[in-house]
Amino acid sequence: MDKLLLLGDEAIAQAALDAGLSGVYAYPGTPSTEITEYIQNSQKNKADTIHCRWSSNEKTAMEAALGMSFAGKRAMVCMKHVGVNVCADAFINSAVTGIVGGLVFVAADDPSMHSSQNEQDSRFYGNFAMIPILEPSNQQEAYDMVYGAFELSERCGVPVMLRITTRLAHSRSGVSRREVKPQNALHYSSDPKQFVLLPAIARINYNKLLAAQKEYLNYSEESIFNKYTDGSDKSRAIIASGIGYNYLMENYPQGCPFPVLKVGQYPLPEKTLRKMATECKELVIVEEGYPMIEDQLKGLLGMGLTVRGKKDGFLPRVGELNPDIVGRAFGFDLPETPELPEVVKNRPPSLCVGCGHRDMYEALNVAVAEKGEDSKVFGDIGCYTLGYLPPYKAINSCVDMGASITMAKGAADAGLKYGVAVIGDSTFTHSGMTSLLDAINEDAPITVIISDNETTGMTGGQDSAGTGKIEAICLGLGVDPEHLKVLVPLKKNHDEMVETIRREMDYRGLSVIIPRRECIQTATRKAKSKKN
Amino acid sequence: MKTDIILSGVGGQGILSIAAVIGEAAVHRNLYMKQAEVHGMSQRGGDVQSNLRISDQPIHSDLIAKGKADLILSLEPMEALRYLPYLSKEGWIVTNSTPFNNIPNYPEASDLQKALDSVPNKVILDIDSIAKDLGSTRVSNIVMLGAATPFIGIGYAEIENGIRRIFGKKGEDIVNMNLKALAAGKAVADSHMKL
Repeated sequence: MDKLLLLGDEAIAQAALDAGLSGVYAYPGTPSTEITEYIQNSQKNKADTIHCRWSSNEKTAMEAALGMSFAGKRAMVCMKHVGVNVCADAFINSAVTGIVGGLVFVAADDPSMHSSQNEQDSRFYGNFAMIPILEPSNQQEAYDMVYGAFELSERCGVPVMLRITTRLAHSRSGVSRREVKPQNALHYSSDPKQFVLLPAIARINYNKLLAAQKEYLNYSEESIFNKYTDGSDKSRAIIASGIGYNYLMENYPQGCPFPVLKVGQYPLPEKTLRKMATECKELVIVEEGYPMIEDQLKGLLGMGLTVRGKKDGFLPRVGELNPDIVGRAFGFDLPETPELPEVVKNRPPSLCVGCGHRDMYEALNVAVAEKGEDSKVFGDIGCYTLGYLPPYKAINSCVDMGASITMAKGAADAGLKYGVAVIGDSTFTHSGMTSLLDAINEDAPITVIISDNETTGMTGGQDSAGTGKIEAICLGLGVDPEHLKVLVPLKKNHDEMVETIRREMDYRGLSVIIPRRECIQTATRKAKSKKN
Repeated sequence: MKTDIILSGVGGQGILSIAAVIGEAAVHRNLYMKQAEVHGMSQRGGDVQSNLRISDQPIHSDLIAKGKADLILSLEPMEALRYLPYLSKEGWIVTNSTPFNNIPNYPEASDLQKALDSVPNKVILDIDSIAKDLGSTRVSNIVMLGAATPFIGIGYAEIENGIRRIFGKKGEDIVNMNLKALAAGKAVADSHMKL
């Protein structure tokens, strides 16, 4: 049978489907979005047997998945690395409650921050929660790991994390499928108190989790995903995890002379590591992300083994790895290559021509300019973050989902006279509603602009949880109807928009302005598919 | 055999469709293949690229190392030059000639041409006029693919079959238009190589 050509994300999705998945829960986030989209596409012409609608945010996704697991069925949660921050409470405690139906938690990291605010390493969260972590090096491995991960989760009694990075998530290669398993039947824990984390019960669960660490370590030591290849040159031993392994082997096409441990399952397999540390002069760690394995092996004082990696400059501390960086580190002479011609200029992303955010920013900038230093604009995460770039240069902050409103409120508390928050509709329902509630309860003198394009735009136009409900949500939270304005962001409405924003900025209480126009990309796609 | 290809262009120009045809042909021939691409932020009119690696041996890295690319296949001239540091000494650039000018400091056409002139192995063609002459601007991507076929390492007939398999669902007319476009692009490359 021809192999399927699948992105790393798609391999994960197909594996989950083949392993008896009953539900996927997720919020769009690069580089994880395609996992859920693949599952949604697979369900298009079928009866609704697998849950695959987008959640409002990663926390609700995690909790719903835990609920499905509580009911005995297999569930998967997917998010980008910063999404783990959003669901951390549910995530950490899901290891304390434990699970019933297998639960696979996919964290897709973005080293080099191609599309993110930072490059945090989700393996830390897996360690922090004390659950097994799987980290594939290629698309077939991603499939094989997820295919077996639900059963591993059920055996361990806790969620299992699968950690991938951008270059695997968004890279395509041939994948062979395995036999399709049926979904689990609805069934519950034999222990009725398992999921009730009152202190008396939580203490029992916590001790159980601690005791289980030995079991997880045994699984790692027997795991086919931790592969040791001996080498005759014992001057160093190399430990390479995830796609770091690929870059190492790219530089040693005839095979590596040093002993190599390819790490694909955590906790780290201590027995093999101990053997390598005993036999070799130094350990070299090639890992994508933070120097996590490096720190674990070196320890705080570094007074034992010689461990080389990102902290001693062997590899760069910042940014993703690639074959050149790893080759240079291992002393390979790289070929002479031509310089980047001076004529090549940066081509940064920009708001699409015809985007409603453009009209919003043009009007906002006029109103804000009138206030000079007394006005600051707090931005949020979405296509409209591009409003920072020329020609708009409209925003002064972008930190995390929903922060625009709450930061504006905090700055107003400090005395900022004309604070403005710019947030998208999906970001608003993701984490802006509670921020708005705080601002309403104290009648903060800020102007909240919910720039509604009726989609989750930057990630490719997924459904937005609050479409059609934004006004009702605002009124329900307590926004004064006199200071809730809806506008249509078009050039012809520019003067009206400026006047509305100016008036609401002058108003010494909370205002919400909703410029609403469908995203030009989703509108075009809908029109095209109607035609076809 | 091994061929490492960098495809480049501006978000929305459709480099991924080209990669899909090559990938399809490679997998059908039981070659190993890895194709890395960018999603998300970069697509909003920013520069985009895909690393496409084909080999008869297992492939490790999804990314191509500097100085190792056999071919830069670009839908935009400045984007072709952006990957010059990745081109091997014997590598080829096959690029569209039409600039996509969406930044305030886009270089002068003469400066771009000068930089391209310094590249020994290249094929430059105007895919949009060629496609227009064929009767459909939508196939300009496939014209580009046609011009690149001599450098891919997979037989022309196999790439034609890849097109048939990928576009088959859309009907015979569309398949034929794409095959014509492929041939038109190849003709440009062939006449260039004869020089």
